[in-house]
Amino acid sequence: MKKPELLVTPTSVSHIHDLANAGADAVIIGQQRYGLRLAGEFSRADVKEAVNIVRQYGMKVYVAMNAIFHNDKVDELGDYITFLADTGVDAIVFGDPAVLMTVREVAPHMKLHWNPETTATNWYTCNYWGRKGAKRAVLARELNMEAILEIKEHAEVEIEVQVHGMTCMYQSKRSLIGNYFEYQGKVMEIERKKYEKGMFLYDKERDSKYPIFEDENGTHIMSPNDICIIDELSEMVDAGIDSFKIDGVLHEPGYITEVTKLYRRAIDLCAENREQYEKEKDELLAKIEAIQPKHRPLDTGFFFKETVY
Amino acid sequence: MLLKNDKISEIINGKRVIVKKPELLAPAGNLEKLKIAVHYGADAVFLGGQEYSLRANADNFTLEEIAEGVRFANQYGAKVYVTANIYAHNENIPGLEEYLRALEQAGVHGIIVADPLIIETARRVAPKLEVHLSTQQSMANWKAVQFWKEEGLERVVLARETSAEEIREIKEKVDIEIEAFIHGAMCSAYSGRCVLSNHMTARDSNRGGCCQSCRWDYDLYQLKGDKEIPLFDENDAPFAMSAKDLNLIRAIPTMIELGIDSLKIEGRMKSIHYVATVVSVYRKVIDAYCADPDNFTIREEWIKELDKCANRDTAPSFFTGMPGYQDHMYGSHSRKTTHEFAGLVLDYDKETKMVTLQQRNFFKPGDEVEFFGPEIENFTQVVEKIWDEDGNELDAARHPLQIVKFKVEREVFPYNMMRKGI
Ligand code: SF4
Repeated sequence: MKKPELLVTPTSVSHIHDLANAGADAVIIGQQRYGLRLAGEFSRADVKEAVNIVRQYGMKVYVAMNAIFHNDKVDELGDYITFLADTGVDAIVFGDPAVLMTVREVAPHMKLHWNPETTATNWYTCNYWGRKGAKRAVLARELNMEAILEIKEHAEVEIEVQVHGMTCMYQSKRSLIGNYFEYQGKVMEIERKKYEKGMFLYDKERDSKYPIFEDENGTHIMSPNDICIIDELSEMVDAGIDSFKIDGVLHEPGYITEVTKLYRRAIDLCAENREQYEKEKDELLAKIEAIQPKHRPLDTGFFFKETVY
Repeated sequence: MLLKNDKISEIINGKRVIVKKPELLAPAGNLEKLKIAVHYGADAVFLGGQEYSLRANADNFTLEEIAEGVRFANQYGAKVYVTANIYAHNENIPGLEEYLRALEQAGVHGIIVADPLIIETARRVAPKLEVHLSTQQSMANWKAVQFWKEEGLERVVLARETSAEEIREIKEKVDIEIEAFIHGAMCSAYSGRCVLSNHMTARDSNRGGCCQSCRWDYDLYQLKGDKEIPLFDENDAPFAMSAKDLNLIRAIPTMIELGIDSLKIEGRMKSIHYVATVVSVYRKVIDAYCADPDNFTIREEWIKELDKCANRDTAPSFFTGMPGYQDHMYGSHSRKTTHEFAGLVLDYDKETKMVTLQQRNFFKPGDEVEFFGPEIENFTQVVEKIWDEDGNELDAARHPLQIVKFKVEREVFPYNMMRKGI
C-alpha cells in the first residue's frame, strides 16, 4: 500500500540529521522573511547545507515562501527563487500568487505546493491552483475528515494534511504585542520584549491558553491544543493522502524528533500491518501524551468536529 | 501626493477639476437600506444573498429582493454588486451554478468573490457578471494583483493592510480597477486568515460565522520555566486584538488623486440612519473635492456629522502607515452614540408646513431635533405639538413605526431623516 510522506519541520540544520534518523521523508525549512511560522530560521547557507544533508538520506526539502507579500518584497522574490532552484530544493510552498508569477518567470520547472493556510477548503479550488502550476495543495486545518477524504477523491494534485502540532488561528500585520506594551506605557522595553518567547493569551471563559508571537510577518495567535491523530490515520492512508505533516513550530527539537519516530512507526504499521497498528495505536498515543509539554493538551483538531456558519 | 502623469484631473476654464471621480460604494443590508444608500448618493451598493456571502446572519436578500433592488438602483444609475465571498467547502458546490445564473438574470452588475471556485463558475455560467476579487484574499502587492488581472477579473479589493504608497505603486504597475475601504468596522487580522471563531465557538469565520472573538478580552502572560508571569498590572486594561473602526475622511483627496476607482463603506449590519449619514457625508466630500480640488478643505461639520452615528472610535489604520496602539481598543470595545435616529420623513405639506413622519425612536414636544438629507442643509428645531394620523394630539411619539405629524419650519423631503441628541 502507498505510504504517505512524513513531512516534518526541523528547528536547525543539525536537527535534520535527527529527523532523518527518526524516519522523516521530507522537511520544510525557510526564513521568516518569506515563510510563515517556521520551526527554525534557515539562512541561504543553511538551505544549501540542508539540501546536502537530505540528499544523503534520500529525503526531500521544501522551502516556505507562503507569506502574504507587500510590494516591498516583490522585487527580491526572483533572486531568492533562483537561488532555491540553483540549490536544488524540491519544492516551494506558496500562498501569494506573486510567488507563482515569479516562479513562472525565473524557474518554471520548480515544483510548487499551494498552502494558503486557512483557505484551501474545497477540491475545485485545489485543482484550480493545480491548473495554475501547483503540484500539491496543503489543506486548511479547519476541515473535518469527511471533507478531507472527499477532496482527495476529486483532487488532481497531491494532498497534504497536518496530522500533528499547533495551528495558526489568527495572523495580523499589526504589532499587537508591541502596541499593547506601548499602551501600558512600557515604551522602553518594547523593541526587545515583543519578540520574546513563551508569551500566551489566557482566555478565562474557555480556560484556554493561546501562544502568541510577533515576527516580520506580524502577530500570530496559535491554537491552544496540539492536534494529534496518530491513532486515526487509517482512513487517510486508505484514501491515499500524499503527505502527513508534523508541525513543530514553538516546540523543542527533542520533542519533534520523538513525535516523528512515533508517527514513522504508526504510518509503517498502518500501511503494512493494519492489525498490529490497531493493537499498538493507543500505546503510540500514550507515548506522545507522556512527552507532551504541560501547557499543551492534545486534541484531534477539526477532524471530528462539526463546524457551523 | 500627485501622480505625475495622470488623467485624473484636467484644467477646464483655467481651473483644475477632477475628471476621474471614484465610485462611492455603500453597504445594503436589506432593501430599505439599499434604497436609502442610493437615495443619499451612493454610486453603487453591495449586498449579500441568502447563500455564499459572509455576514450570513444579516437579513440577507432573496432573489426577488435583489431584482427589486437592481430596478431601484437602475433608476438612479447606480450599480448593484453581490458578495459571494465565502471560502466554499465541498458541500457548498452544489447549487452554486444556479445561484450565479439567477444573479445574472436579476441584472446584478457584479459579484465580489474570494474563492477561485466561484470565480471560474461565474465566468462559465454567468459571463455577464463582472467579477471583483474580495478583500478576503488579502492581496497586498502589485504582482498578485497582476495575476488576477491576467485571470480576467475586472476589479480587486485590496487587503486592508495596504498603505497609500503601496496603492500608488499597484495602480502604476497594473491596469485594473482598485477598490479600497474608507469607512467602517474591520478585521484586525489579514482577512481570510482568522479562524478564531472556528476554534472558540465552532463557527466557520470564512463562511460568515465570525463572532468577533478579536474584540474579547484576554490576559497576556509569559511562560518562564514553569511559571506563568502576567505581563500586565492590575490597573491595565486586558489585551485585545480589537481594531478601531476605519475612518478615512481626511484621506479622500489623496485617494482620489491616486486614482482609486471605488471607495467602499463597510457595514451591512448598520442602521439606515448610519448608512444615510455616512453616505451623505462622503458624497459631499467627494463632490466638493472633485469640483475644486485646489481650494478644497475638509469642513469640521462633516467630521462631526460622521460622529453622530458612530458607536466605536475610529482611526485611519494602514492607509497612513502602521497602526499603533492608538488604533486599537482596550477595555471597552464600543461607546455610546451621541445621536439617535428619531424618524423618517414620508411627506411634507408646503402650505401647512406639516411633516408626516414615521417614528423610529421616542421623541416628544420640546425635544430639539435635527433634519438631514440629500436635498437639504442640516437644520435643527424644537418639536412643538404632535398629532397622530387621525389628528389626535399626542403627549409623545412613543411607538416604533407610528405615523405622526407636526410642524417643521423648513421644507423637508421624503426619505429625509430626523435625529436627536442623547
Ligand atoms: S474575529 Fe475579528 S479578526 Fe477574526 S474574522 Fe472576526 S472580525 Fe475578523
